[in-house]
Amino acid sequence: MAPIIEVNQLCKNFKELTAVSNLSFTVNEGDVYGFLGQNGAGKSTSIRMLLTLIAPTSGSINFFGKNLKNHRHEILRQVGAVIERPDLYKYLSAYDNLSIFAKMSEIKVSKSLIMNQLQMVDLADRAHSKVRTFSQGMKQRLGIAISLIHNPKVIILDEPTNGLDPQGIADMRNLILKLSREMGKTVVISSHLLSEIELVANRMLIIHKGKKMAEGVVSELLDPSKTIVQIETLNNNEAKGKLLLSKWAEFVQQNNGLLLLQMNKGDIPQLTIDLVAMNIPVLSIQPRHSLEDYFISLTNPNAHVEAFAN
Amino acid sequence: MWKLLQIELFKISRRPRTYIAFVAIAAIVFLIQFALKADGKSYIDLITRDIEESFIIDKEKALNGYFICFLLLNTLLVQVPVLVALIAGDSISGEANMGTLRLLVSKPISRTQLMLIKFLACFLFTVALLIWMAILALFGSMLIFGTDNMMVLKSTGATIIERGDVFWRYLAAFGYAILALTTVAALAFLLSVFAENSIGPIVATVCIVIVLTILSNLNVPMFDKTIRPWLFTTYMVGWKGFFYINYNDDGQTITGSVENWHAIKRGIFLLTGHIILFVGIAIWVFRKRDILS
Repeated sequence: MAPIIEVNQLCKNFKELTAVSNLSFTVNEGDVYGFLGQNGAGKSTSIRMLLTLIAPTSGSINFFGKNLKNHRHEILRQVGAVIERPDLYKYLSAYDNLSIFAKMSEIKVSKSLIMNQLQMVDLADRAHSKVRTFSQGMKQRLGIAISLIHNPKVIILDEPTNGLDPQGIADMRNLILKLSREMGKTVVISSHLLSEIELVANRMLIIHKGKKMAEGVVSELLDPSKTIVQIETLNNNEAKGKLLLSKWAEFVQQNNGLLLLQMNKGDIPQLTIDLVAMNIPVLSIQPRHSLEDYFISLTNPNAHVEAFAN
Repeated sequence: MWKLLQIELFKISRRPRTYIAFVAIAAIVFLIQFALKADGKSYIDLITRDIEESFIIDKEKALNGYFICFLLLNTLLVQVPVLVALIAGDSISGEANMGTLRLLVSKPISRTQLMLIKFLACFLFTVALLIWMAILALFGSMLIFGTDNMMVLKSTGATIIERGDVFWRYLAAFGYAILALTTVAALAFLLSVFAENSIGPIVATVCIVIVLTILSNLNVPMFDKTIRPWLFTTYMVGWKGFFYINYNDDGQTITGSVENWHAIKRGIFLLTGHIILFVGIAIWVFRKRDILS
């Protein structure tokens, strides 16, 4: 796949504070690219630099092989964005908001185009309602419609699930997958909700204190040899004693009454057989290795196991 | 550019606060017109009390549309800067407050273009406000009170301008007032760039105008040649200059004349300079600013 976005050695300083430091990454055509980091990690600053809202202190950003600084106008015509909460013009209707931003994107605006777009995000029946009457989820969907109205090649979504209820989050996830799979868009999505990135992204970047911690294909980043397995038994202390005397002793990590083993996911069947052989009454075995675990291991290695216990 | 301006004007036209200014002006004008229609004679008696001995004034004719419009402009043009600041002070800070500024700036429009469009929209709002004022104060008063020779009161006495020589002076005065109020709009627009809510720039603009107006009117010799000539507030009431007329050797007013063209030209030059300065700084700051809100 051809690279759509290439970021090289990007830095941003706010006086004494370094918000982003030597950040480099590449987003390929068709990617759903997850931009992952804790609050204050530098995600939003990086995304705002991609949208020319913030000027980089140094480094370069290329879209479609062209420098953003020199080809801003041309590039932004191909980019749609939702930046945090899309508050929009509350005193205008959804239709008017969409119409305004469509015109600003230099496209020919027609009633059918706007209604189709509202239909896509399930807001056609509220087209003429004022945005001030919308829920956060509806505003977020309208924001997506605005970002798509000019049919951009790249969609940038900064924390799109912020403030949404579980149904809203699920709807947003489905919409992102639809954009990627059915409409062939390249999507860059930032979030601190790790599970969301895990569910939608094929590639991702983990950023911490403004620095890149890891970048790559999500499935490759999730190392199966470092799976955390949580075992629940009738008596965890007794079970721990038995396991410490077995070949599994080196994998045992107990904390706050939970029995945790850090091990290869492929060894779980053998562990199950051995637990039965040791007469340990098992209630459940849960492999817990996820992006969250991986993320914590990168950004705070000491908290790797404790995070599950708390 | 035209499409962007249309969008900006559409947004302004759909905000309820836009109409506060129009309603306020209408209320003031109607109240004054009503009061003068009901008891204008007493008012004329009051203001001509000191000059009655030196001038023969036909009080019935003096209370005409032209005179009342002059009176209204004297009252209104002091208050209107606040109304202009309501819109101009909100133009950038309001977008930042709503969270729409980041969306605007991420569109394929240059920041300079965005700023010029926004200021142009503020300018057009100011023009609309003055046209509204002209319709109510000038044409409304002409309709209600009729037209005649216009009496202009000065500290030195009174001047009578012939009926046929008045209307163009009002057009010129409204044109000058547009320039003066656009300067206030430019100041509010500049302050709007630094804020993330509208209250700050609106209040700051009004405070600055009040402080500078006091300085402009302060008769302190030290200020006369140093500060006062450079304050835009010194020229805010320069529109009155169009109603100060020259006399010939026989003591007759000269039709079409203006007593001090130089002062009016200087006012136009200084106000235009301030507008360019304020808007220029606003654009320069906005181009360099990181949009964090």
